[in-house]
Amino acid sequence: MRAYTPKDNVQKKPYYTDRYWVAPQVAKHNVSSDDVFAADLEAIKAKFEVLEAYIQVDQMVVIINAADNFGVIEMLKNELSYNQLSEMSAIDWLASEGKFEIFYQMLSMTKRKRLRIKCKIDEKESIQSVEKLFRSADWSEREMYDMFGVVVNNHPFMKRILMPDDWEGFPLRKTYPLQGDEFAAWYEVDKIFGKEAREIIGPENRDSARIDRYDTERFARLGHEVPRGTDISNGEPDTPLVYQETEGVFMIEKFDAEKSVVISDRDR
Amino acid sequence: MAQHQVNYLKDGGLPVALTTIDKVVNWGRSNSLWALTYGLACCGIEMMASGASRYDFDRFGTIFRASPRQAELMVVAGTLTKKHAEFIRRLYDQMAEPKWVISMGSCANTGGMFNTYATVQGVDRVIPVDLYLPGCAPRPETLQYGVLMLQQKIRRESASRAQKPKRLM
Repeated sequence: MRAYTPKDNVQKKPYYTDRYWVAPQVAKHNVSSDDVFAADLEAIKAKFEVLEAYIQVDQMVVIINAADNFGVIEMLKNELSYNQLSEMSAIDWLASEGKFEIFYQMLSMTKRKRLRIKCKIDEKESIQSVEKLFRSADWSEREMYDMFGVVVNNHPFMKRILMPDDWEGFPLRKTYPLQGDEFAAWYEVDKIFGKEAREIIGPENRDSARIDRYDTERFARLGHEVPRGTDISNGEPDTPLVYQETEGVFMIEKFDAEKSVVISDRDR
Repeated sequence: MAQHQVNYLKDGGLPVALTTIDKVVNWGRSNSLWALTYGLACCGIEMMASGASRYDFDRFGTIFRASPRQAELMVVAGTLTKKHAEFIRRLYDQMAEPKWVISMGSCANTGGMFNTYATVQGVDRVIPVDLYLPGCAPRPETLQYGVLMLQQKIRRESASRAQKPKRLM
């Protein structure tokens, strides 16, 4: 018999649990194997504390303290010519470590190198904005707040970007159910008709494989229409598509295929 | 100058037709279905193709309008997100009666493949729908057939103001 698991608080449970399969890690190499990266790392180490650094898939990953993020990225931009912030976001490690991992993916056009800065913060901690250095961080940081609930300090417009302003919950957290919590399930009904309409409209049908026993009675196949409730176990009649009532429409001429001319010579 | 002669009584060209008010009104309504442009996702591209020259909606009297005040048909073409749900309701309310709604494609019908927190699981949770078109995305022929089906539906209805109000709840 299957072991009993309490199901009264499903939202606490992470959506994805790697019960059977753990993704293999790509091999990490020493930074000294690449001269350009080694020089960059030395420059960072001279001013800031570096917790860990390695090269993975030809990209250097530098793990720093969260408090240093603005300083490190400012240095990378101004002194080490990493002049593009291609991407930044967060990763939810709340279940295993109770922390968010923030990453900044940098690109140097002149060195033709990609570098990733990573740092970790607690759930309630906030992080310094890098929007002053890279305009691309503006929307990325808003999205990070929208999806993970990571608050960014000194951001010019700290507001949700994708979800509605009155949304509750942060959808990309692993604790957030894919098909939405109760707030999400009733969002449009509550907002448009009010909570008292919930009973009338009813819950969403989230089971895409649901088969209603009345489906074959209520629906007919296109081109094989039968009246509602007809027994079709012995096959359906073949009915041609009807574009117009058979008796014709008032003041509208019925298309007569015999009167029409089919152009056989395309170059005519 | 040549005189053009029209024999009204002979050639069936008599500019008088005898019919019922219902038929005249429904003839007008069914053949001038002005649709509100409502392309929300990839179905919108098929809807645009239906309006363009190859499929040519204009010959059925369906002209896309950018204002709900001038439209009586709403073709909901695409995925309706929860963020957008209140706006579709508002635009539907702004359309003048009588009005009809075609839900085009899987996403508008049921939420389709987007079985997620951010998608409305069928526009009929927000506005009443007259016609559901299957497909992902339906081809322009399907939408064309759907509009012609809707025309037949309109012609069957009573044209008087006493028509049953469509209510979701």
